[in-house]
Amino acid sequence: MEVPILKQGPFLIATIQAALSDADLLQLRTALVHQVVRSRSLGVIVDVTAMDVMDSFASRTLLEISHMIRLRGADTVIVGIQPEVAFAMVQLGLTLEDIPTALDLEEGLAHLQQKFQTAH
Amino acid sequence: MPTREKVTTKETATGPSYAADLARSAPTTELLRELVAHLRQNRTLLREEWVARISEARLLTAMTKEEIFNEATSVYDSYVEALETGTFEALQAYARNLSERIIPRGVETHEVVGIVLLLRDVLARSLFAKYQTDFEKLNRILDAYEPAANRIANTVAVGFVQERERVIRQQQEAIRELSTPVLQVRERLLILPIIGVIDPQRARQLTEQLLRGIRTNRAKVVVIDITGVAAMDATVANHLVQTVEASRLLGATVIVTGLSPEIAQTLVTIGVDLGKMNTVGDLQGGIEQAERLLGYKVVPTT
Repeated sequence: MEVPILKQGPFLIATIQAALSDADLLQLRTALVHQVVRSRSLGVIVDVTAMDVMDSFASRTLLEISHMIRLRGADTVIVGIQPEVAFAMVQLGLTLEDIPTALDLEEGLAHLQQKFQTAH
Repeated sequence: MPTREKVTTKETATGPSYAADLARSAPTTELLRELVAHLRQNRTLLREEWVARISEARLLTAMTKEEIFNEATSVYDSYVEALETGTFEALQAYARNLSERIIPRGVETHEVVGIVLLLRDVLARSLFAKYQTDFEKLNRILDAYEPAANRIANTVAVGFVQERERVIRQQQEAIRELSTPVLQVRERLLILPIIGVIDPQRARQLTEQLLRGIRTNRAKVVVIDITGVAAMDATVANHLVQTVEASRLLGATVIVTGLSPEIAQTLVTIGVDLGKMNTVGDLQGGIEQAERLLGYKVVPTT
């Protein structure tokens, strides 16, 4: 299942809507890394509200997406991690160390906007 | 075939021994009946003797003389009944009921066991007195009496301890239900005051409540105050670190306040990685820092 990527002002929003296969995740990674420069975006929000399970591959891919996008000159925020998923991830040691996270899409947008304002 | 031979011998061996058991048990019931008749006959005397021994041994000091006498009467009757019928359900139920009444008044296990053993001794003495001329009969009576008496003592003691354990379980449940509230003190600021001992189960419950609270209150900052926690082991400390990280995944910053000097030393000695944790000395400082993070500024009105 392909993940839709929407452009919202200076940001890109990718909303994951169902459980993704590993191939889908890699496809999302490629699409985001390409589009972020093409659309001249400053930030990317990945919304994982619909993900009930976050395995090591998924969290590693999210980490890679964040790092790749940083190299392409933009910031990433992961939003909408469920409480149960969050605790399971931490127990597995998947803490997404240096990626900003936010409660939901609204929070994520606010976070990026604030950062964007202070930067300029 | 030696094996089969062995089996046959065994079978024949169990036959007579079982029959002997039966033969022996018939007079046993008869002896018990005689015993019960004796105990019924001397009920008043033996009961008084028993109560006297109880106060002599300074047992059941939490109860008045009258109460002791009343309970002694009931216990005595149940005791004799258990000897007579050989069933212990009624006695067990009575023991449980008695425990329920006397545990809240501070009666200890050793007292309950003590009075039952005293009764056993008083009754045994009376048997000695009655059959002192007929040693053979005394022997057989004691053979019948001792196992039953020991079993009664056992039943009462177990009943008491079970009741105690039930009370303890109930109290634990009550403590768990009191649990820990997640409180909102300002828009987007939660505090979680933790008081008392944290066991792994409570830690898990705390985490669940906190993560849910973060979501429903849309919190950005959480202050966890552990002033009321006396000690913490490595498992719980790690759990705390995990809770902090999980909260971050939900987009909330956690500030831990009120780490006691003991806990701080323990954690450093154990080597728990607290590097990712934001700690402030006391709850007030924690709330002030949280307000700074949220962009609040408290100014006096005058």
